[in-house]
Amino acid sequence: MTGATFAQVLSVPAPGPARPFTHVTSPGITGLSNLVRLAPGTYIERMAQLDTREKLAILADAAKYDASCASSGTAKRNSADGKGIGSTEGMGICHAYAPDGRCISLLKILLTNSCIFDCHYCINRKSSNVRRARFTADEVVELTLAFYRRNYIEGLFLSSGIIRSPDYTMEQLVEVARSLREDHHFRGYIHLKTIPDADPELVRLAGVHADRVSINVELPTAGGLKRLAPEKDGARIEGAMADVKASIADSRDATRKYKSAPRFAPAGQSTQMIVGADAATDGDIVKRASTLYDRFGLRRVYYSAFSPIPDASAVLPLRRPPLMREHRLYQSDWLMRFYDYRPDEVVAAADPSTGMLPLDIDPKLAWALRFRDRFPIDINRAPREMLLRVPGLGVKAVNAILTSRRWRRLRLDDVARLTVSVTKIRPFIVAEDWRPVMLTDRADLKPLVTPKREQLELFAA
Amino acid sequence: MRVVTIPEPDDFDAWRDAARDLAAASVPPDDVVWQVGDVPTDLFAGESNTRALPGAAPAFGVPRAFLDLARSAILSREPERFALLYTLLTRLRREPKLMEDRADRLVRRLEEMAKAVRRDIHKMRAFLRFREVAEEGGSRYVAWFEPEHHIVRANAAFFVNRFASMRWSILTPELSLHWDGKALAQGPGATRGDAPEGDPTEEVWKTYYASIFNPARLKVGAMLKEMPRKYWKNMPETALVPELLAGAQAREAQMIDTARTAAPSPKGTNSMAAWQALREEALGCTRCPLYAPATQTVFGEGPIDAEMMIVGEQPGDQEDLAGRPFVGPAGQVFDRAMAAAEVDRTRVYVTNAVKHFKFEPRGKRRIHAKPGTGEIEACRWWIGQELALVRPRMTVAMGATAARSLFGRTMTISRERGRVLDLPDGGAAWITVHPSYLLRLPDKVQAEEEFARFVEDLRAAAKVVA
Repeated sequence: MTGATFAQVLSVPAPGPARPFTHVTSPGITGLSNLVRLAPGTYIERMAQLDTREKLAILADAAKYDASCASSGTAKRNSADGKGIGSTEGMGICHAYAPDGRCISLLKILLTNSCIFDCHYCINRKSSNVRRARFTADEVVELTLAFYRRNYIEGLFLSSGIIRSPDYTMEQLVEVARSLREDHHFRGYIHLKTIPDADPELVRLAGVHADRVSINVELPTAGGLKRLAPEKDGARIEGAMADVKASIADSRDATRKYKSAPRFAPAGQSTQMIVGADAATDGDIVKRASTLYDRFGLRRVYYSAFSPIPDASAVLPLRRPPLMREHRLYQSDWLMRFYDYRPDEVVAAADPSTGMLPLDIDPKLAWALRFRDRFPIDINRAPREMLLRVPGLGVKAVNAILTSRRWRRLRLDDVARLTVSVTKIRPFIVAEDWRPVMLTDRADLKPLVTPKREQLELFAA
Repeated sequence: MRVVTIPEPDDFDAWRDAARDLAAASVPPDDVVWQVGDVPTDLFAGESNTRALPGAAPAFGVPRAFLDLARSAILSREPERFALLYTLLTRLRREPKLMEDRADRLVRRLEEMAKAVRRDIHKMRAFLRFREVAEEGGSRYVAWFEPEHHIVRANAAFFVNRFASMRWSILTPELSLHWDGKALAQGPGATRGDAPEGDPTEEVWKTYYASIFNPARLKVGAMLKEMPRKYWKNMPETALVPELLAGAQAREAQMIDTARTAAPSPKGTNSMAAWQALREEALGCTRCPLYAPATQTVFGEGPIDAEMMIVGEQPGDQEDLAGRPFVGPAGQVFDRAMAAAEVDRTRVYVTNAVKHFKFEPRGKRRIHAKPGTGEIEACRWWIGQELALVRPRMTVAMGATAARSLFGRTMTISRERGRVLDLPDGGAAWITVHPSYLLRLPDKVQAEEEFARFVEDLRAAAKVVA
């Protein structure tokens, strides 16, 4: 059937005169398309088009230092009723990946990059001379819908520099979310960044419209915050996080009683810390993250390796961002959230004299090498929590081992089928036909299980 | 040999009906040939002989997990999927708990197949791109997508739920789907040429893609793992990738360069406040265990716009009590040498590689102990901050500890002494001995010679920035 033209294809469900494709020239499509569908070539229209794109370039560029792009874990919605647009499932979707390896799931922009604060790590601080731009609420709404209709994004992540006052800025952010939800019945994902000093009522409204709200703690230590973000107040940031936690809990209670009760930030709240801009060690950061999870019921703590920014303040060093350190911190975060490690156990994987996690091996392997006496572990008998400690065994593999071993005793090649690499696991386990006697007691175990370093090509094409 | 014909490649119900009857009649898997539509899969299957199976057999149950697996695996493009699933079904009748044995070869094989299908379904939801085209009474959103497996129909509900108020069409080589706002219709397969060429909004989207990317953190492997090249041809933004990659290093270097040369706050204005804040933060440092027995942090001192920075090893007993660097016996030697070399100490920034006093208590005295690599590493962060603030043109490392801290690796003083070196983060450096070494020399003549060499080093280093 492949020879059929689209006109023929299209005529199958809806018989009608076949028409060649033309780009939209009809009236009735608003906003963004307005700018591009006007008669081409005239100076004013070209300026207008340039203007939106130029503003987008500035305001997306300014937003890229926020690491979060998650669109998961919110309430399920759809627009099958034919009114409005959008849906959310349990799991978010990454619609593209940038060459920095980050997922692009949301349209992540600032409403404006003008700011009355002067935080040294921030590209948008008052004393920086970057180009400033500002979107109106309507422009953001139109842009979000235009991208969403073409399946580029899951929704919107809106943040902003602080202009005039925290309340004024927060009102603008809330207005974008309100308009999307109420005027356009948008059912996609919305993440709003709240301004710490804004009125609690505005923060509540943000939570009513948004799936997720977040406030950045910015730096892991109080000293660092004082030095690098002198206008921000750690206590007020934590106060706002506590308020959001209480509102989320209230709305959970209410929905239990009345199904129709309004939801508050169903995807919870998250925060972000900058890594490498203050004196905090990995141990400090891990402990700080775990208290944040406990105290404010956070869904996620994001780590952002401090990267050189154009027009940086003289207060901060200009180096390559510590990407590997950031990666190891995420891994340690995973150990606490999915592998039942206590924070002090993760800290125990760090070097005691520097408090830093090793960069050449992951923290789980580091922990196992530090506590060699706990291994090997018998795959056929060990409890779940011990299986989770084996370097190279993930949660899925552990679950598969637990169900499989109820029916027979597992051999090494059974384990190999359930995991990515059995070579890495071998020294740490006992299976029906495998005992790592020689391996476990070797003094030079580390080089055997450490991933090989790749020699980079000097003249790579 | 029986031939079973499944009308469509993704028809789970047809497979289930046939498999149920075959299994009830205990037909062994080797005796069945499965084929899709009118395409024969077995040359020797002979005439189509789906001869009727004997009477209605008793019904039998299968675990839920098997049905879930089969529903996904049937969408795979692997031709043996029907046969493998039927083999698993017959084995399940003998071993009812087989699905729980996740390490079984057949279960594993089918799991892998189902996983590939689920991934393809997910990637279609992620990477499909609609283009807006004009149509009578509004517009239609049309996408061209080439899935790897037979997933299009299974994925239709997702697009209906999400884009119910739009009119859209999804064209694929196998079939096409059309939604008019009320009902979903299926059409024949299409070609790329049937799909529209472009959409003006794609230029705006590309602007976003290029701007949200941070050139300072290139991770091409991570991008390719999740967005393999096979999907690129139907995604407008991927056309930018080569150009973004090529420009990334230049953009990062430019970011660092502009900040380094044309910093908005010239030396001495906001840097002074920054230095004071940094010192205050350092007073509470607990990055290594040395803070516990020491009296206080001994931070560097000197003009923030100094051209020259001198780094020692660590504070001694007297520095620890005074809270200032180079005031003890070694400090006096240092001052004498600076005077002899005619370098004004008040115009030099002086600091230590390790900021807390490390000692071993012996009786009532505290005996200096050499800092370990861990402690030097922990304290390097502060040196890095001081260097970034002061930005000296020349940094003098006195002793092995200071050299290790500045260069991040062990340096042999005798080999590196006497010439200008380059610091890893920019700026010149000079390596010499620590003044306490001069104090420890027993032979007076040798001590004088060494002192003269030390003075010579300081003078030569100062000359570089003069």
